[in-house]
Amino acid sequence: MNILLSIDIIAKKFILSVGQVTLLTVKGLGGIFVPPFNLKLVSREVDNFGAGSLLLVDIIALFTGMVMALQTIYGLSIYGAEMYVGSVVSLSLVRELGPVLTSIMVGARVGSGIAAEIGSMQVTEQIDAMRALGASPVKKLVTPKMLAAMITLPLLTVTADIVGIFGGMIIAMFELEIDRIFYINSVLTTIKISDLLSGIGKTVFFGLLIAAIGCHFGLKTTGGTTGVGRSTTITVVTISISILISDFFLTKLFLIVF
Amino acid sequence: MSKIIIEFKDVYKSFNGIFVHNGINLSILEGEIISLLGGSGSGKSVLLKELIGLMKPDKGDIILLDNNVTQMNEDALIALREHIGMLFQGAALFDSLTVFENIAYPLREHLKLTEKEIQERVADKLHLVGLSGIEKKMPDELSGGMKKRVGLARAIATEPKIILYDEPTTGLDPMTAQRINDLIIELQKKLGMTTIVVTHDLHCVKTVSDRIAMLHEGKIVAVGTWEELVSSNIQVVKDFISGNICV
Repeated sequence: MNILLSIDIIAKKFILSVGQVTLLTVKGLGGIFVPPFNLKLVSREVDNFGAGSLLLVDIIALFTGMVMALQTIYGLSIYGAEMYVGSVVSLSLVRELGPVLTSIMVGARVGSGIAAEIGSMQVTEQIDAMRALGASPVKKLVTPKMLAAMITLPLLTVTADIVGIFGGMIIAMFELEIDRIFYINSVLTTIKISDLLSGIGKTVFFGLLIAAIGCHFGLKTTGGTTGVGRSTTITVVTISISILISDFFLTKLFLIVF
Repeated sequence: MSKIIIEFKDVYKSFNGIFVHNGINLSILEGEIISLLGGSGSGKSVLLKELIGLMKPDKGDIILLDNNVTQMNEDALIALREHIGMLFQGAALFDSLTVFENIAYPLREHLKLTEKEIQERVADKLHLVGLSGIEKKMPDELSGGMKKRVGLARAIATEPKIILYDEPTTGLDPMTAQRINDLIIELQKKLGMTTIVVTHDLHCVKTVSDRIAMLHEGKIVAVGTWEELVSSNIQVVKDFISGNICV
């Protein structure tokens, strides 16, 4: 009976949270179209999210591309098809690994940052002060972060794709002595516009998800500094799970569309 | 006789089934300094937050400048808050903004002033709270007392009709606390604001208040001047003033 009750409570909390994140997303997106437009706030967030994450994302992409190439060469060599390493690595990176890994890494870094920033503001009454001074926290905090995340994540993914494919090329050149022109040609003949759009398109949604979840848990923070820590942790966990689950549905959707 | 500017009508509020407000009724007159006295956790700060719509009461009406706050949406409340300033307990300065930007914040939100006018207004308010020349400092470079005074400068920046002080002297040394008390009186005299002070600091209450309302167990148990409260026959008021109950 207690187990059923616990499941009931958890399910209700989950549904409530989904509803609240959805509402916040709608309000946040609505803020994009309502003046005054504060481009300074958005550009600051773009700089924080994008420039701050670039090195991290590209290091991970480089080594992912290299590992992918090593594993692909091993797998394809069984069939004597290791020359196709460029095609397999690039397709995997552009359609799936680039967008998802970038989103998870940026989600962890940026999402936790958002939750900590807004959570600290919440527990020190700065959010209340903002409202008391006649400003909307959604317009001032949530909307710029959503917009910035939706702009920067696709751009970061493009760089991750390029660096990852480059990593694969290094391995292909050293392990198989494949000519770089051959590798690049195999990449260019394999990747279609639809693959790029499918991969990049997902990240716009992931960016929105990261900002919305970070802002939601930040605004819900209670319990002082401990509460900020709790919000940060739950934000990272929720973002990671949400990205992986939504990736499945988005992949299905994009397979139908493209 | 001054007109009623704020009215709490049968206000109820509970958190997790525990009542904080159990039928609050209180009228506040234009231009007066009224202190809300009560122990820690008695719901004084919640009452201020309900007044400006940061929290909604479970039941009851709150009339502020002829508007029923409980019936208003956030957009309408934002417009109404132009007439109200609030000093938060921990000052609640935006820690990513300088002192200048903090004080300029409500001016940019509510008033269409030029940059020069904003600079003049900020300098004027900082002078008023005795902190001229610290515009470029960040909040974490300020002491507790300075933060409170900058918070006060921000609260009065738009020269509101009503100002709310949440525990203005808590955590301050006696001299800084006295300076804040003097400022509360000085500002009321200069700008004629209706002032609500939430505190459990009896010295502050005695120094600044025209009237005092005592909150206990979710109700207003006494309203009157300091002298009236001191001579009150209500046991809880007598105990509180003589320090017999834990605050």
